[in-house]
Amino acid sequence: MVKTTPFHPRLADLNTTQLWTHWAGHLSATQYDIAAKHEYFGVRNAVGFFDASPLFKFEITGRDAEEFLSGVLARDIRTCRPGRAQYTIWCDDAGYVLEDGVIFRHSANEFLLTAAEPNLSFLQNQIGSMQVSIEDVSDQFAMLAVQGPRSRAVIAELAPEVNELGYFGHTQAKIANSEVTVSRTGFTGDLGFEVRIPSDDALAVLDAVMDAGEPHRMRPFGDQALNLLRIEAGLPLIGVEFTSSRYSYNEHERFTPDELGFGWLLKGIDDDTRPFVGRRAILAERATGSSRWATVGLAVDGHAFEALFYDAGLVPPKDEPPAAWETMLYDDHGERAGYATSYAYSPMMQTQVGLARVRPELAEVGTNIHVEQTVNHVYTTVPATVTKMPFFTPERKTSMT
Amino acid sequence: MSDTHRYDAIVIGGGHNGLVNGAYLTKAGMKTLILEQRHLVGGAAITEELHPGFSFTTFSYALSLIRPEVIRELDLVKHGFNPIYMPTSFAPMENGDYLLLGPDRDENIREIMRHSPRDADAMDRYDHDIGRILQLMYPLFDRVPPDIFGKTAEDAEDVAWLLGHLGSAEPKVVHDAVRLITGSIADFLDDYFESEILKGYLAASSTTGTKVGPMSAGSGLVSLMMAMGEHDGHLGSWSFHKGGNGGFTQLLGRAAEGLGAEIRLESHVDHVVTKDGRAVGVVLQDGTEFHADVVVSALDPRQTFTKLVDPRELPNDLVESIDRFQFNGTSAKVNFALDGVPRYPALGDRTDQYRGFVSVAPSIEYLERAYDAAKYGWYSERPYLDMCLQSFLDPDMAPPGKHVMSCFVQYAPYHLKGSDWDTERNNLGDTVQATIESFFPGFGDLVLHREVVTPLDIERVVGLSEGNIYAGDFLLPQMYFFRPAPGWSQYRTPINGYYQCGSGTHPGGCVMGAPARLASQQILKDRANKV
Ligand SMILES: Cc1cc2nc3c(=O)[nH]c(=O)nc-3n(C[C@H](O)[C@H](O)[C@H](O)COP(=O)(O)OP(=O)(O)OC[C@H]3O[C@@H](n4cnc5c(N)ncnc54)[C@H](O)[C@@H]3O)c2cc1C
Repeated sequence: MVKTTPFHPRLADLNTTQLWTHWAGHLSATQYDIAAKHEYFGVRNAVGFFDASPLFKFEITGRDAEEFLSGVLARDIRTCRPGRAQYTIWCDDAGYVLEDGVIFRHSANEFLLTAAEPNLSFLQNQIGSMQVSIEDVSDQFAMLAVQGPRSRAVIAELAPEVNELGYFGHTQAKIANSEVTVSRTGFTGDLGFEVRIPSDDALAVLDAVMDAGEPHRMRPFGDQALNLLRIEAGLPLIGVEFTSSRYSYNEHERFTPDELGFGWLLKGIDDDTRPFVGRRAILAERATGSSRWATVGLAVDGHAFEALFYDAGLVPPKDEPPAAWETMLYDDHGERAGYATSYAYSPMMQTQVGLARVRPELAEVGTNIHVEQTVNHVYTTVPATVTKMPFFTPERKTSMT
Repeated sequence: MSDTHRYDAIVIGGGHNGLVNGAYLTKAGMKTLILEQRHLVGGAAITEELHPGFSFTTFSYALSLIRPEVIRELDLVKHGFNPIYMPTSFAPMENGDYLLLGPDRDENIREIMRHSPRDADAMDRYDHDIGRILQLMYPLFDRVPPDIFGKTAEDAEDVAWLLGHLGSAEPKVVHDAVRLITGSIADFLDDYFESEILKGYLAASSTTGTKVGPMSAGSGLVSLMMAMGEHDGHLGSWSFHKGGNGGFTQLLGRAAEGLGAEIRLESHVDHVVTKDGRAVGVVLQDGTEFHADVVVSALDPRQTFTKLVDPRELPNDLVESIDRFQFNGTSAKVNFALDGVPRYPALGDRTDQYRGFVSVAPSIEYLERAYDAAKYGWYSERPYLDMCLQSFLDPDMAPPGKHVMSCFVQYAPYHLKGSDWDTERNNLGDTVQATIESFFPGFGDLVLHREVVTPLDIERVVGLSEGNIYAGDFLLPQMYFFRPAPGWSQYRTPINGYYQCGSGTHPGGCVMGAPARLASQQILKDRANKV
């Protein structure tokens, strides 16, 4: 039977639509409000909160924890000081991406990894003779994401420490008498925080956060709003942008970090003192230029999009939920350019945007791409250009004030 | 000889394979007669009203391996093909806990984590690796096995195809396949899992119908066979047909007749008539004769080669091979008519666990101990049970509020030491009922009627030698180009015009129709070559 998160008793009351989806075996609100867009704007212009409890959480401790992680994770964990966190990925020996997650460093040899998928035996199988202990603590903690321009004001009301928290920093704090970890992280591409709470205290902390959020018109947001927020933020989602190489049936389903746009995570890969799983293959890929794809942002020419529909006697559909399938892309010659893995109308950019994979030679910003589009039940294309990601990245996301 | 007794083809045995074979031959334009000894078609796959108002799947009960091609090519949907999806699997535990899995992968992960957090991500790896092995095996499954001993250009081509196919796979996949096919399921599962209940549940199918325990080499092969099916597009999933497997074979009979095949019931074939090394017809026990140039045996290899024809007409090697062919039936059934739905204490009043199979196999050790008895010629004191409350999904099978429960039992070896099945039949029923009672307290109070089917009953009623449910054990030396004997895996026999199409041929037993379909292709090919 599907599980519920520690916040559920409260969320069930708040969810006026009673629409739920299943996420990692838990009930997760699709939308709380009559309009998911309303929740989306709540985050972009004020503050919203999201129940991220279903994430898997692994505690990694022991004398060799850093060495262990620096060999498993593709991003150099040694550059992550205690009190900081990193978005990271891990690969197989062929240099294909397995999964992604966020790793929090609490001390020299205490880490916590959050991930969308179970990983305990995978991680344990890599330990070898090192002194490391790994525990699945998924059910021990609830996770509350508080996101949006006013999120700092809300959380600071309860834990003033967060005023000092830099992007991807975290701190211990006491909220409603509970020892929680607050991090300046999130999946919305905006200013935002995540609060990790011992499960038993989840409701008390949520109540305190909701009280603090009341003057700021804070509201809950669901899955639909989150999806739009993360697309604007250019953040990939496992299961949508990529699948784990371990479960792929052929090479079309596997991707390297460079192909997925994760190249920036590999800073220091030339450093021979840190061998990590997949490193040699990734170096070979770079040496031979064998990447098959580049991941880019795509922004549709809004005028052309409108014209396409008006000329056909239609009203341009601008607020449809993100496409749940791959959208095909073509180059100027009508040859296949690649495909968009996520594609949606962005309220902030006021046009359709997409996370896309294109042939590497088409990756330059400004390159013309033609996006498949049906009009009057016939396939045609609409012009777009390759753009930088994230599409939306306000200064407040990373700034200290 | 009257014209009414003259056919193009005669199929001996109206089990599902006989029906499928007859239907294909008829469809290809041959005037075909199917001869069945009993008053109904279906063989091991029948449904009978053994207690007023209650329909029992006396023997075979679940459907999965039936080839999708058979359904399409014989137009079975038109004749009432109606699978029933079974979304859950329930495995009770001896400590009162349980494992309840369903179609939602994420929910399953959380359920597995209750038993072992470590096994949570192992399940995906296991499923994926099995999936890769199945990918490798399917092309072998749905093709006539190559004759590796054959000397023709065609044989050489077939062997080259096989080597090419295996050679094109990833080394890990080939290695996994070999480990699974030649090794034990216990070892294979240990590579992934630590949870006893999960391993017990996954290992259970590795013992079905064959005299192996989960720790025996060979148990991996059986579990692979059990995973090869699909139901309603879901790979590896088992379900059942409206009206049970008898519901399925009845519509198969209608489909064969619809195409123009003639089915004659209560027609026990005594032997095949041969002339100058050629089959020319059959004689029934009552002396009636039927003639055809093509005679197909849908019975098991022992019957096909030593009962229906005179073994002296066959090569010595073949006769010896068939002599050595292992049957070793070890399965029994106990079918119950129930006054209501059994309760599982840890689930209170919940009954949703009965939407699928209930597998009493709480650990590998439980299964292996159950197997121990069989090694020494006795039935398990605490048997492995695969149960299904069929009327929970198909209300037509029992009166309102009442239920039928099919219960497959292992181990119950055909050869008992120091007793016989007529003496032990009721004791086996008691043993099974006591085992169920220990997991589902109060079960006994619900029992209105009980039908015990021993391996001896299977042999007597259906004709499957030693009660082997697959018409011959699933053991590596009896599979693929060795099934049923080296050199005779391509559905022909040394007697011209005499063919085999039963479960004793590739790919083997279960309600799948694959042997019969492939056999019909051989028969039609030979016929075309002759003209
Ligand atoms: C107890 C039990 C449970 C099973 N459970 C399952 C299950 O859940 N799922 C599954 O897929 N498989 C199951 N099986 C296996 C499966 O049912 C058999 O492998 C399959 O039905 C065999 O089909 P067949 O047509 O090859 O042979 P049979 O079904 O054995 O058909 C042979 C037919 O020939 C007839 N016959 C025999 N001798 C003569 C003669 N001399 N003259 C004329 N007719 C004759 C018989 O009456 C019979 O109808 C089970 C089998 C048993 C016994």
